[in-house]
Amino acid sequence: MQSEQNREGFLCSLPVLVLLAAIFVAPLLVIFGFSVMPGKTFSLLQAPTLENFATIVNQTYYQSLLWSLGLSFATVVILLVVCYPLAFAMAKVFGTFANVITVLVVLTLFVSENIRLFGWVLVLMKGGLLSGGLKAWLGIEMDSLLYDVPAIIFGLVYVYLPFMLFPLVLGIAMVPEELRQAASDLGASRWTVMREIDLPLALPGILVGSMLTFVLCAGAMAESKLLGGQKVIVMADEIETAFTYGQNWPLGSALSVVLIILIGFVAYFVLRRVDLDRIMGKT
Amino acid sequence: MSGTERDVALKLRGITKKFGEFSALNGIDLDIFDGEFITIVGPSGSGKTTLIRLLVGMDRPTAGDIFLRGERINDVPASRRPTCMVFQSLALFPHRTVGQNIEFSLKIRKVAPEARRKRALELISLLHLPQEYYDKKVTQCSGGEQQRVALARALAFDPEILFFDEPLSALDFRLRKTLEKELKDIHRQTGKTFVYITHSLEEAMVMSDRIAIMRKGEIEQVGDPDQIYNEPVNRFVAEFMGEVNLFQVRAGGEGRLEATEFDGTFAAPEDGLQPGQEGILMVRPEVIRFLAPCEAADCVLEGTVYNEYALGSRVQYHVRVDGKMLSVEKLREDRYTGDLDSTVLIGWDVEDSRVLAAES
Repeated sequence: MQSEQNREGFLCSLPVLVLLAAIFVAPLLVIFGFSVMPGKTFSLLQAPTLENFATIVNQTYYQSLLWSLGLSFATVVILLVVCYPLAFAMAKVFGTFANVITVLVVLTLFVSENIRLFGWVLVLMKGGLLSGGLKAWLGIEMDSLLYDVPAIIFGLVYVYLPFMLFPLVLGIAMVPEELRQAASDLGASRWTVMREIDLPLALPGILVGSMLTFVLCAGAMAESKLLGGQKVIVMADEIETAFTYGQNWPLGSALSVVLIILIGFVAYFVLRRVDLDRIMGKT
Repeated sequence: MSGTERDVALKLRGITKKFGEFSALNGIDLDIFDGEFITIVGPSGSGKTTLIRLLVGMDRPTAGDIFLRGERINDVPASRRPTCMVFQSLALFPHRTVGQNIEFSLKIRKVAPEARRKRALELISLLHLPQEYYDKKVTQCSGGEQQRVALARALAFDPEILFFDEPLSALDFRLRKTLEKELKDIHRQTGKTFVYITHSLEEAMVMSDRIAIMRKGEIEQVGDPDQIYNEPVNRFVAEFMGEVNLFQVRAGGEGRLEATEFDGTFAAPEDGLQPGQEGILMVRPEVIRFLAPCEAADCVLEGTVYNEYALGSRVQYHVRVDGKMLSVEKLREDRYTGDLDSTVLIGWDVEDSRVLAAES
């Protein structure tokens, strides 16, 4: 019986398995393969070497890596603070009005990320919507807000907000209202209810949202390019440069492998703490 | 157990709660005495859950006042009232152990860890749970054990009044019967005021010192279990306990009552109706006897035995009298021995019947 079920499950998942093998696993294998080929070559049929990794360690790539991880971390922290109250209200307070917010937030995803970021460039640039408006109406002179780290973080927060918001809403919605009432009946203040009941029980949603945004931010580069004006070179930027201008596929591959492994570690430690079945409602 | 000399713990005056146009509670007046076990009984939609939410402090009345030992507490939130509720769902914290659940209120009150632990273990043994359950996850406890943990958690900070929102309703019959008695024992041991709500008058009878019957946002009757059973004020209360024989009657002369639904007259109990007035005659199934030939009773009816139902220690019969089905209950050893469908005489003594006001 068990094996029968296993067989059915395998057959059902076969199409997806084939697709994933072709478009996800195969390219990854190619990347891993190229990462151990000699620099600036275009064949996978050579003797493996670790020289690309040596290059990464010896040069200043660690800076890009730190920037990527640092920006991601800052973005996750800001998103948690910004999204938690809204997510709480959507799950517990707004009722059907929460659906309106959901639609509005999802609508922003229908417009390409680059176009939305260019919109912010027009708003934040010197003489743009914001500084021009302030000058015309209030006579306040201000410099461009673009091309610095805060602008990049702002862009990351803006673009990846939905990926934090929705897992948080799901997580908070899993906290039964009666537990909160029981805690307050036992004498807990609002803050204590949040610390003792809401946060621990919504933790799966919080972890999933944080991990999702962290992973996406670590691989992002449009924000640092458009809003940061290349003031900061992030890891994804380095990888793109290596593959295109540098024509150094092995180096680009090696950089990718480093990023993949680091993020893989983060994901592993986070997912180990999360019961995905519970989030999907299968208890 | 008359409560008149006792202190009033909780006094409700004119409690009204409206949700938009709908009135869930219409001017409830009730005194809850210190140390009593009072049960508020009503069918679903009678407003009992709304009432208990106001008493606990999770909601505010639209009008009226709640006094706790003379102090008006309408606007005091649940977290600052010296009362506690055991929820229908129990609402145990699934991410905490049994010990942590019980200690929750003490931790909030900044009680030292050692004292907390001592109190939790004390409660664990009061509720007949093994001491090693202190470190067990609540999600691994059985339904009955979770009930006990929920009660221990509510008792931990020594609240003056405990409220219960049908916590036993999800359990199977036998466990429920055990826990009903256990709850009454705990009430005796702690001496606290217990306010329990349920839709089951039977459950209320087992546990309560007093019972308040609710219907449509109003209290129909308050009294001890004997009063509720023997002297219901109207048809609704009389029927709440289960099957009861009710006859529409009109008072004739000479202490007789004429049945209006079929041809017959009954002897009228004392302080009954004025001549010409209509009312309802109530006869509990267990006071009706099967009469032997020539045996006398104040009221006698002739009918046919329609069917019999075994109820454990008792047997119930449905007897058809002139198109109306009567319910008769006998102890197993006094059971009816004749055949079904045979003609029998049944009767009761006038002091075992009671006249209720006619429904308007």
